[in-house]
Amino acid sequence: MNMISATECLLQMCDEHFELEDYQSGVPRWCTGCGDNAILAAVQRLCRDEGLRPEKTVFVSGIGCSSRFPHYMKTYGFHGIHGRALPVAEGVKMARPDLTVFVNTGDGDCCSIGAAHWIHAIRYNMNITVFLHDNQIYGLTKKQASPTSPIGTKSNTTPRGSYLEALNPLTVTLGVQNVSFVAQAADWIPEVLFDIVKAAYHHKGLSFVRIIQRCPEWLPKSLDPWLHDPQKVQLLNHENGLQLSAGLSRVYKNQLQHDPSNIHRAREIASSTDIIPVGILYRNPDVPCYEDLRASDKLRTPDLTRAGLNAELDKYTVWPQGAEQKVA
Amino acid sequence: MNLGLATQTLNTTHEQRTTNCGYGKNMNEMTMQKSLKKPGNKTQASAGRTAAVKLTEHIVEIISDSGEGAQKCGQSLGAIAAQMGNGIWTTEIIPAEIRPPARSVAGASGNRIRIGSGTITNGGDETDLVVAFNEQVLLGRVRAKELKPGCIILLESMWRSHAEPKIAASYIETYDRVVAAGYKVYEIPMEQECRTLVADAKRGKNMFALGMLCHLYSLELKLAVDQIVLAFGKKDQSVVDANIKLLEGGHKWAEANLDFCYSIPATRATEPQIVVNGNTALALGVLASGMEICAMYPITPATSASHYLSEVFENVGGMVHQAEDEIAACAFAIGASYASKCTVTITSGPGYSLKQEAIGLAVMGEIPLVVVNVQRGGPSTGQPTKMEQGDLMTAIFGSHGDAPKVVMAPGTIEECFYSIITARKIAETFNMVVVVLTDAGLATSQQPFPRPKFSDTWMAPPVDQSPVPEGAKPYDWDETTGLARRFIPGQPGGMHTLTGLAHDRDSHVAYDAEINEQTLRFRSLKLAALQKTLKAPPVFGDPKGDLLVVGWGSTKGAIEEAVEAMRAEGHKVSSMHLQFLQPLPPGIKEIMQGFKNVMTIESNWSDRPEDKIIDESNRRYSSVAILLRSRYLVDVDCWSEVRGEPIKPGTIRRVMMQKLKK
Repeated sequence: MNMISATECLLQMCDEHFELEDYQSGVPRWCTGCGDNAILAAVQRLCRDEGLRPEKTVFVSGIGCSSRFPHYMKTYGFHGIHGRALPVAEGVKMARPDLTVFVNTGDGDCCSIGAAHWIHAIRYNMNITVFLHDNQIYGLTKKQASPTSPIGTKSNTTPRGSYLEALNPLTVTLGVQNVSFVAQAADWIPEVLFDIVKAAYHHKGLSFVRIIQRCPEWLPKSLDPWLHDPQKVQLLNHENGLQLSAGLSRVYKNQLQHDPSNIHRAREIASSTDIIPVGILYRNPDVPCYEDLRASDKLRTPDLTRAGLNAELDKYTVWPQGAEQKVA
Repeated sequence: MNLGLATQTLNTTHEQRTTNCGYGKNMNEMTMQKSLKKPGNKTQASAGRTAAVKLTEHIVEIISDSGEGAQKCGQSLGAIAAQMGNGIWTTEIIPAEIRPPARSVAGASGNRIRIGSGTITNGGDETDLVVAFNEQVLLGRVRAKELKPGCIILLESMWRSHAEPKIAASYIETYDRVVAAGYKVYEIPMEQECRTLVADAKRGKNMFALGMLCHLYSLELKLAVDQIVLAFGKKDQSVVDANIKLLEGGHKWAEANLDFCYSIPATRATEPQIVVNGNTALALGVLASGMEICAMYPITPATSASHYLSEVFENVGGMVHQAEDEIAACAFAIGASYASKCTVTITSGPGYSLKQEAIGLAVMGEIPLVVVNVQRGGPSTGQPTKMEQGDLMTAIFGSHGDAPKVVMAPGTIEECFYSIITARKIAETFNMVVVVLTDAGLATSQQPFPRPKFSDTWMAPPVDQSPVPEGAKPYDWDETTGLARRFIPGQPGGMHTLTGLAHDRDSHVAYDAEINEQTLRFRSLKLAALQKTLKAPPVFGDPKGDLLVVGWGSTKGAIEEAVEAMRAEGHKVSSMHLQFLQPLPPGIKEIMQGFKNVMTIESNWSDRPEDKIIDESNRRYSSVAILLRSRYLVDVDCWSEVRGEPIKPGTIRRVMMQKLKK
């Protein structure tokens, strides 16, 4: 790591004022009306507000529409392979706990091909913010049912309607040991989306944010009932959760006081699918992070390596007769 | 950029060793009778000790049911002989199951130790002396044709009078058959003798056997005591004491009751040597290479490397991450490599297949990565504990699309250590994936080699966090070498999104035909750039002759021993062992041109020319033969054996003789 003087450091701190443009890269190629745009706006705003240094921030994604996200951020990005964003991000965080790591993953990426990693990422509880862009359909491969597609969804692989009940990412996540932060947002309520993104960023541990988002191209009407009837959206508020603005409360009257430290209640709320809960379902700041558990208290210097290697070699060494059993 | 750096380490380890061949001599040198000295005649025995017959080498096996400690006994014997200054090569005999049924033919577990006066480079041919804890495991070894005709067998005799008539009958039947087959069988009341020394005789029998063997091979008992202290030192003193008692008991008993013993003259090395197996050497290599993270998922026979690393890596600031699956282990390693120093993931065949997609990502993103594949028998679950060299093609050509990566294969235990250090350097110099292929044979074999002297240059420099110059691009490929400087997160001004999609110099997704071809070209050129830094492989023997044998990986010692023996008989044969398989080093064609015939000897499948429907139009050649034939247009023949066991030097001699006769 490069060393900088105290003066330089102070200068840097004074200099640390960022604009939205500092995080914007290129023109997103998502469809008009795609929920990904709302998520991008919220995240860029977060970066600006928090003054995240672009070079110390990494967005890791898998494959799918959502996973194009890092290309539109002027930070470091890693657009990898389908389903494997989480283990890549874990590797980044383990090697470099000083970096701020975000993951963008879709419902196919996270809940289908990458499901094994999803479960284990919750267990590792590394300090990473995960956005599940859940549009309930495979978009990039052109309309196939995903695990979160509502039963009966007509798609290219289910022309007579999908056969299975949709997987509920919230209940799955809340069922895994070591879960430490679960929230749900909706792309059409940007104010709450931003508040949740911010809370997720500030949580130390794996923050899992499911964002229900529209896919205007393949499932243009599927979320209409919730868009048209604010009563079908239940906002969660609490002194330890989100505090909702007066303006918002005028539109979304269906509100619930929910203490995010109550996991049993969180699981009940998460089970509701007809009424969509939006807010922080669960937060436990006391779950240990894997990178802290596994972090070395030693710097891997040549001297330490030499000493460690020689200590091991000593165990297996056959010395010449009369030789001093020590090496320099 | 110093392209020469990558190969420095390798060339320093290429010290050529002469092998010691003692074919057929051993048995002739022995004069022995089948019978035990009469019990009760002990005064006579201790008064006139049996004179030790001098041998140049011997192969000893200790076999038992799983869990009876034959492994430990064998490893200790090897370590003691190495301490004495003997050349050794130990090979584990491992049943496929953790707890196979007791007294079963397939359940033989133990260790095979080849002890010699000079350097020993491989497991050798058939066994000269066996200690067997029951007749069934012995039968397994007889059926596997692992025992030399007429070899000595020290057999636990308790089964002869077993309460279960079936067991007693089985013992007597096997005993009679083995004796009739000409083996010299000594029945040893091991359990009975142990019972006079300790309460639980079953558990300590291995140390009794070790004591016997120390006597039989004139090894210093004190060194054996040291081994026991080393092995059981962490446990209760009473455990150490009991084991020493058994050891001494076995030694005394053999001295009093057996009418033969040997000595294999040894010369203690002048330089310190270390005795470890291939997997431990790999792990020590990771330790020494400066890598900081090893991501793995349990798989036989690779896991023991990670076990050892888990034990020691944290002492030097490293960590082993056991991921949820093979894919995650590879992805984790890629993430860590991308953001920091080169990382390693260790696996075996099936796990390697699972990693293939992620390996393609590392190739595309030009992320340094070391992948160790400790090969086992395949395809599918195959033979998890057995030796095979079946993954070369998948290592070179695997993943999908054109995914050039470096493939190297250590040929000795020592090279297992240094290859990791070299692999790390190449991976970081060329921003490439480097695959290190070892196999189950190297993984579980032990051979002494000069103690490595750590050098600071083995380690990666600190992670570059300096600001990136204005206008610099994340993939600014060099037109000649294809190399580009890698930007690492944390470097101001270097922000870009690495992608597995085709991309241009800015790391922007590019579907442009021109750019796609250019980038394929650059990634391929890096292999050529590395190849330019490699030296031609050394020829073992004369540079000209009738037959050149080409090998790679763990067969090195056996091939060179066979070549040396043939040359001693006046045959014009030589060998060449390849450590780099991708890229192939320069000079190979010129070397091959010096010989009338070239053939590879490998442990992967090749069709048998004698099979009815096999002819030149359909014969599938062994992996390296395919590579050499296609690259150099030379009519390279091949011979291969895929028996799950290391190829024996005697077998290789027969193959070479046949080839010479043609």
